[in-house]
Amino acid sequence: MVYTQSPLAIGLFVMFVLFVLGLSFYLARRTTSAEGYYAAGGNIHWFTNGIAFAGDYLSAASFLGICGMIATAGYDGWMYSIGYLAGWMVALFLVAEPMKRLGKFTFTDALDSKFNSKSIQLMAAISTLVVSVFYLIPQMVGAGVLVQPLLGLPHWVGVCIVGVVVTIIVATAGMASTTYVQFFKGALLLIFTTIVVVGVLGRGLTTSPDQGGSKDYHQFKSMTATVATDGALQISDASYSAAADWKATELGEAGFVKLMKNGIESIWQVNESASGLQLEETLFVKTLADGTKLFNGSEKEEGKFFAVGHIKELQIDGKEVAETGSLSPLGYLSAIKDSTVVLWGKKYIHEGDTSTVVYFQKPTPGSRLLRPGLKFKVDNATGTQKFNFISLMIALFCGTAALPHILIRYYTVPSQAAARKSTIVGIAAIGFFYVMTLFLGIGAMTSGVINLTDNNMSAPLLALSFGVILFSIISSIAFATVLGTVSGLIVAASGAVAHDLMDRFLGMQMSDTGKVRAGKIAAVVVGGIAIYLGIVFEGMNVSFLVGWAFAVAASANLPAILMILFWKRTTGQGVAASILVGLVSALGIILISPDMYVRYGLLPTDAPISFNSPAAISIPLSFMALVLVSLMTQKKSVAVEDAAEA
Amino acid sequence: MGHGPAVKLGKDNAAEYKTRLGIIMFVIYTLTYASFVIINATNPSVMQTIIAGQTLAVIYGFFLIVFALVLAVIYNKMCTAAEARLNK
Repeated sequence: MVYTQSPLAIGLFVMFVLFVLGLSFYLARRTTSAEGYYAAGGNIHWFTNGIAFAGDYLSAASFLGICGMIATAGYDGWMYSIGYLAGWMVALFLVAEPMKRLGKFTFTDALDSKFNSKSIQLMAAISTLVVSVFYLIPQMVGAGVLVQPLLGLPHWVGVCIVGVVVTIIVATAGMASTTYVQFFKGALLLIFTTIVVVGVLGRGLTTSPDQGGSKDYHQFKSMTATVATDGALQISDASYSAAADWKATELGEAGFVKLMKNGIESIWQVNESASGLQLEETLFVKTLADGTKLFNGSEKEEGKFFAVGHIKELQIDGKEVAETGSLSPLGYLSAIKDSTVVLWGKKYIHEGDTSTVVYFQKPTPGSRLLRPGLKFKVDNATGTQKFNFISLMIALFCGTAALPHILIRYYTVPSQAAARKSTIVGIAAIGFFYVMTLFLGIGAMTSGVINLTDNNMSAPLLALSFGVILFSIISSIAFATVLGTVSGLIVAASGAVAHDLMDRFLGMQMSDTGKVRAGKIAAVVVGGIAIYLGIVFEGMNVSFLVGWAFAVAASANLPAILMILFWKRTTGQGVAASILVGLVSALGIILISPDMYVRYGLLPTDAPISFNSPAAISIPLSFMALVLVSLMTQKKSVAVEDAAEA
Repeated sequence: MGHGPAVKLGKDNAAEYKTRLGIIMFVIYTLTYASFVIINATNPSVMQTIIAGQTLAVIYGFFLIVFALVLAVIYNKMCTAAEARLNK
């Protein structure tokens, strides 16, 4: 898609990002030491901390990825919202209180304080590094997504801007993000997404979404055709023609036909109907042998690849209407449920040296898209497909409590009561936001704003349909969130290398300046890796990528955390084995999954396994490793009775 | 990289009660969540049933979000009460 930029949007964006950065620097200067950063927690009010929880947790992934997935796959995208929120229950009820009693900030500290084991130090450091990098990928992809419509820059430039800016911040100034900045960003994100949702409900639903009158919606063409006795296709609009062997091509076999008109090619979906064949317009991206990409048969700049998203038949109170006018939240969902919405299917077709991705219309009853099954195969699904779905839901449930950077905030308030209260504020704010994602996603789905090549942009583009100011503010908040999250992750990852690996595990005798220099070099290297991965994973749904990060974190960390807290016979070797097995199995499954095969440029069907979510295998494996190794090493190691009894 | 306790806490006599309560609450929520996942995986068309003008999936989804908050509030109230009672 081609976007036009407005100087106002760019100006607002730059100002906002500079303001947030300035605020970060100002607050960071006041809390320069690591101790100061944590000790500041003693004074933080539980409400501020609670909203900051939301600021931390609602990364670009929640906002961009979930909305994008709802916009293209309906309810299945919202399953991520439900799973992410449910994860807080594991964190609040099982992990937070006992870990706070252990008096530790992160699981790494908690694990190691009991055993002081070299192998735990090594495994915990590697795990922190891997989880941080996995969590960095979606943030970087999100950054690339945001700069395209806003600044008119290609994806990789956005990724590089974030990577370079953050790496410089981290490498020169240290941690530039505090509770107050997260509070500020979390509150703004909640306020402005509420404004967009109110706008969506106020605008109501229509069959020809013109974005409040600002942009005509593309009218999809439909033609009839018949097949002659010699197999040739005769089309109702004679200005189009098809090749004689259209049916024998790869496209023909996949249910499509390539038509030519005035020397320009187009691809149409072929549907059987009572009166012959019905041809429906598609959108397609063709990659030629030399790597050139054509969008709907032309160069990207020609803007032929339009935004989509509309309702085919709009029903309200049993009557078919063209538009509804403003609706209540439940009225909005109810109208969608009774209507038919056009969703988009996607097929990969290889012909010789060229590969084509065809996006075709899938009119879907609203009641069908307001229940699971459009992205995750659960209807008439094979065992593996059901397994894949369950595995993802387990990863989302178990991931939150295993993310090293999330639990830290539980320790920044003075008392346990305040910690719980702030968690509740956090859960309320995050839950409210996740309710809104349903309306944002469906709003994008029906407002003609979806870019099919990258659904991550759905929410910002929905905001754009309400005007450039709202769009710039929302994009800026999301971008600032990316900066904050990326800084935090790079600090965590470089800390794992410099502090846990080099200093503690390898026992390298370094001066303070040496340690700081090692940390900075590590930050630059991790930043470089994150930039590279952010470019490679362009176009992949951000929330899906976060799902992987959750799966890796849950597999590597959660069994160790839970068993240390609740099983007296846990040993240091058991913990190290559990982290290793969880990490390796989760990573291994991801690397040979169908979705990774697409990234390697191979067909997803060629992958040795047919599911993408590792958690249902890797978490049990990690538990088993811990139990087996702990039982085998009982005599050699001191069991953690006091931890379990605490 | 701070490694000491964030906040110095005295001995907490309510710890055992809170741990038990946490496990009970966790089991209640996990069962609710697991039922949701299992219905979706085994019989997804049930989720399309219309109840009070909405699909069951929408109702159950909203319920899971609100229920999380309700349980969290109850958990906090009970923990706070136990701390006040046992840590006099």
